[in-house]
Amino acid sequence: MPQEKDRPEEIDVQDQTPPDPADTTADRPRRLVVVGAGMVAHRLVEALLQRDTTGAFTVTVLGEEEHPPYDRVGLTSFFAGRDAEQLALGDPALWDDDRVDLVLGSRVTGLDRAARTVTTATGQVHRYDELVLATGSSAFVPPVAGADLPGVFVYRTLDDVARLQRWVRDRAEQHDRPLRGAVVGGGLLGLEAAGALQSMGVHSTVVEFAPRLMAVQVDEAGGHALQRIITRLGIEVRTSTATTAITAGPDGAVAAMTFSDGSSTDVDVVVVAAGIRPRDELARAAGLAVGPRGGLVVDDACRSEDPHVSAVGEVACIRGATLGLVAPGYTMAEILTDRLLGGQATFPGADTSTKLKLLGVDVASFGDAFAATPGALEVVYADPAAGVYKKLVLSDDAEVLLGGILVGDASAYASLRPMVGRRLGVDPAAFLLPEGAAAGPAGLELPDEAVVCSCNNVTAGAVRCAVSEQGACDLAAVKGCTRAGTSCGSCLPSVKKLMTTELEKSGLTVSRALCEHFEQTRAELFEIVRVTRLTTFSEIISRHGRGRGCDICKPVVASVLASLGGGHILAGEQAALQDTNDHVMANLQKDGSYSVVPRIPGGEVTAEGLIAIGEVARDFGLYTKITGGQRIDLFGVRLEQLPAVWRRLVAAGFESGHAYGKSLRTVKSCVGSTWCRYGVQDSVGLAVALELRYRGLRSPHKLKLGVSGCARECAEARGKDVGVIATEQGWNLYVGGNGGATPRHAQLLAADLDNDTLVRTVDRFLMYYVRTADRLQRTAAWLEELDGGLDHVREVVVEDALGIGADLEQAMAAHVDGYADEWAAVLADPEQLRKFTAFVNAPDHVDESLQYVPERGQIRPATPSERTGGAVLIAGAELEVRR
Amino acid sequence: MSLDAAPESLLAVCRLTDLVPERGAAALVDGEQVALFRMVDDEVLAVQQLDPYSGANVMSRGIVGTRGEAWTVASPMYKQVFDLRTGECLDTQGREPRRLRTWPVRCRDGVVLLARGPREG
Ligand SMILES: Cc1cc2nc3c(=O)[nH]c(=O)nc-3n(C[C@H](O)[C@H](O)[C@H](O)COP(=O)(O)OP(=O)(O)OC[C@H]3O[C@@H](n4cnc5c(N)ncnc54)[C@H](O)[C@@H]3O)c2cc1C
Ligand code: SF4
Repeated sequence: MPQEKDRPEEIDVQDQTPPDPADTTADRPRRLVVVGAGMVAHRLVEALLQRDTTGAFTVTVLGEEEHPPYDRVGLTSFFAGRDAEQLALGDPALWDDDRVDLVLGSRVTGLDRAARTVTTATGQVHRYDELVLATGSSAFVPPVAGADLPGVFVYRTLDDVARLQRWVRDRAEQHDRPLRGAVVGGGLLGLEAAGALQSMGVHSTVVEFAPRLMAVQVDEAGGHALQRIITRLGIEVRTSTATTAITAGPDGAVAAMTFSDGSSTDVDVVVVAAGIRPRDELARAAGLAVGPRGGLVVDDACRSEDPHVSAVGEVACIRGATLGLVAPGYTMAEILTDRLLGGQATFPGADTSTKLKLLGVDVASFGDAFAATPGALEVVYADPAAGVYKKLVLSDDAEVLLGGILVGDASAYASLRPMVGRRLGVDPAAFLLPEGAAAGPAGLELPDEAVVCSCNNVTAGAVRCAVSEQGACDLAAVKGCTRAGTSCGSCLPSVKKLMTTELEKSGLTVSRALCEHFEQTRAELFEIVRVTRLTTFSEIISRHGRGRGCDICKPVVASVLASLGGGHILAGEQAALQDTNDHVMANLQKDGSYSVVPRIPGGEVTAEGLIAIGEVARDFGLYTKITGGQRIDLFGVRLEQLPAVWRRLVAAGFESGHAYGKSLRTVKSCVGSTWCRYGVQDSVGLAVALELRYRGLRSPHKLKLGVSGCARECAEARGKDVGVIATEQGWNLYVGGNGGATPRHAQLLAADLDNDTLVRTVDRFLMYYVRTADRLQRTAAWLEELDGGLDHVREVVVEDALGIGADLEQAMAAHVDGYADEWAAVLADPEQLRKFTAFVNAPDHVDESLQYVPERGQIRPATPSERTGGAVLIAGAELEVRR
Repeated sequence: MSLDAAPESLLAVCRLTDLVPERGAAALVDGEQVALFRMVDDEVLAVQQLDPYSGANVMSRGIVGTRGEAWTVASPMYKQVFDLRTGECLDTQGREPRRLRTWPVRCRDGVVLLARGPREG
């Protein structure tokens, strides 16, 4: 239909005749319209754009929410500080593709199958060749009086949780007492919501109509185990209870709830998480068949009775049921992609296995969890004291694994789930006993066709193939090739194990060697040096390495020795290990001159201090610039001038700022409660204290801290390795942020700490990082690589699960006691000063290759053409150099 | 301080003790900048001070080490690694290979002597 080519993208097509079906086979790309921009829509678009190599489709995605598709499964982490950007799914570049148009804030209200158009609430009309409904579900709110009062929330979208958070914050400010909350519904969502309330300091009750928690996923014994653990966490649980009414207080907001047994309780906030309903309203209005409990009925190809309308995700009723999990939705997206591109894929049936961490408690359920198979046997391990319940369901001959339930410790999930439907070959008890559950019993080998990552449907064979054929040799590469572990991450232990075994098989060992001189990683070297107490590089390399080192391992050993209290970084043999920045305690610039940064703790500086720095800059003719870390950088210092510059700075009371080191740089702060109208704590005071505490600390990479005086976050503390943000009650501590090429927001480690607890926690965190991170690994990458990630670090530094808290604190105390200004020490040591000479055989000669030209009232290095082209050059200032 | 040691056309540059083991120092030889390195066994090696990749006179400030059997220095600027004996670039960090000039060095009675006239390594 050539005349259609000139049609604008969106027009009123009311009076047009329906497009000719033959049109779909024409050469122009077919128009795919996706309604809903949720998790499954994202997967569909990602898969389609990747596989549609001939440009068969253009895609329009119409999403009602204002955010690009985000990780709804991880919604609760919003309360730990993950924002919309961090929750966003996949590579944002996907939406830059010319073939796709993502329209947000656009709710579809009408579907005209005859005209093949959809209409949005704002009246835009989109014509489609193929339509996909990926509208998900909405929260089900039971018909209880008062469910629409202010203070009653549902728990489904980012906007829902943002509103909930705002309400709790505002109410907490109004009432000067801990808040009370209730969650209606004791399923997966209800417990997620209870966790969110708890993280905001709301004392809450979970009200469940059924006789146990998570009735869909776990059996009675499992539900009771879960209830015991959750009650122990301080959350009240009422099962077999119906909510009969929610009532308002004098201000019209929610104030109390009454229950079926006649009792009632006071509440400041209620979350309703009583189930979900598929958003099939468009399909219903268009006369398409829906399932008995809702959902657009589709076949195994995800097609509805209208061949141009498909459905994927929670809105699809497939094989007679809707599925409230993301993995089957992803499978549908893959199948529909294949079908759209002419393939024959069919829905293989849903895997409803789940593994969750609710309130820090593991819950997993997989396969035939309720032993519905005739003759099925159950093997149970329960340890009520430890809060653990595990059950395996086996075939009648106890050979084949059918399913299971794990509560309290689900570490065996990753190795068990792929074995469903297979002969275990080992004693099932081995999976249930506390030791060795995670790795699975020795000798267990997954068959190639076993699915290890159910979110992305990746088999053991695909992981093996990524290693053996595609050359992936680390976890990141395997994730990249196969997508295993890129959604919920619960399969990563298995994937890692498969990868390592495969690498070993192909003769490749996973090399974690630092360089050709040391087989060890930095963390291993750290342990060796800590335990053996060796103090020189020569001893360390002769006993634990080979050769004489290089620019990789020497600075690492120097850093390790420094972290372990090895005295001055330039003492004795250590001087030869440092790269030039640490060696001359300044920052090398492109022309061979250096820059100098005096420490200005917390960015707080007196007028005298500023004048002293200004005078040094003026007298030595230096270029000055304010740094992002709230201090002043002085550029253009020649090697031999460094001691003279520092003599002046030290005399004015300044110390080394360690801008040259892999060490603490700055603690950036906002002005805080001292001056700011909004501040709730003294952020500058804390920043100064932290900077003075950790100054000089050597670490695997540079370390930056930040402190903000209130939630407005003017110090950008969450862009730092350690960020502290003031709350009414104390301080929230965030870790693992950084700026640079891959910016990361720090994540919440602990909330509402008092000063002492804060300092103790930061002590432990930093020391644990210093001990265990790899060379040049910032805290963000370290947290990502670490088994267990942030949760593990929380266990170690907040809960002291490894019992090393005191040891870490002691190590930090030793650092604090041992601190001395490096520059003051060098100035007092004639031996150290010898190296600050331009030429050994001509100490008074100035390096003439350093030449500068004026620019905006200061100097800058001359370019090569300026040197040869006779521009006005400024030689370095000839201030007398005292020795 | 530059004394001419005429018989072998060697130039006395400094004392061995002016140099720190496994670190470099710059010297001026006939107006040209030379980087001297003292090894653990007190052998001294000399290469050009000019870093051919950055154009800055900084080679003496690099970290000394080994690659296999070879003594090396890594440029402090962009981390290329050079063989101190031959001047050959062993790790170009993805750039095209460039060499360093080298000078033969003798040590006599604790004095470091450089053969005049640079030689291509
Ligand atoms: C707190 C929470 C925790 C969860 N935890 C887990 C878990 O641990 N494991 C698990 O497997 N699943 C979990 N889920 C479920 C999982 O998030 C869903 O299964 C998944 O998001 C379904 O994807 P979907 O694309 O079908 O729907 P959604 O992700 O809900 O996306 C549908 C989108 O369509 C939009 N939309 C609806 N109607 C229209 C319209 N008419 N026009 C335009 N846009 C429209 C909606 O606004 C929404 O953005 C959890 C869900 C929540 C809320
Ligand atoms: S973060 Fe808060 S206290 Fe600090 S400057 Fe901003 S508004 Fe003021």
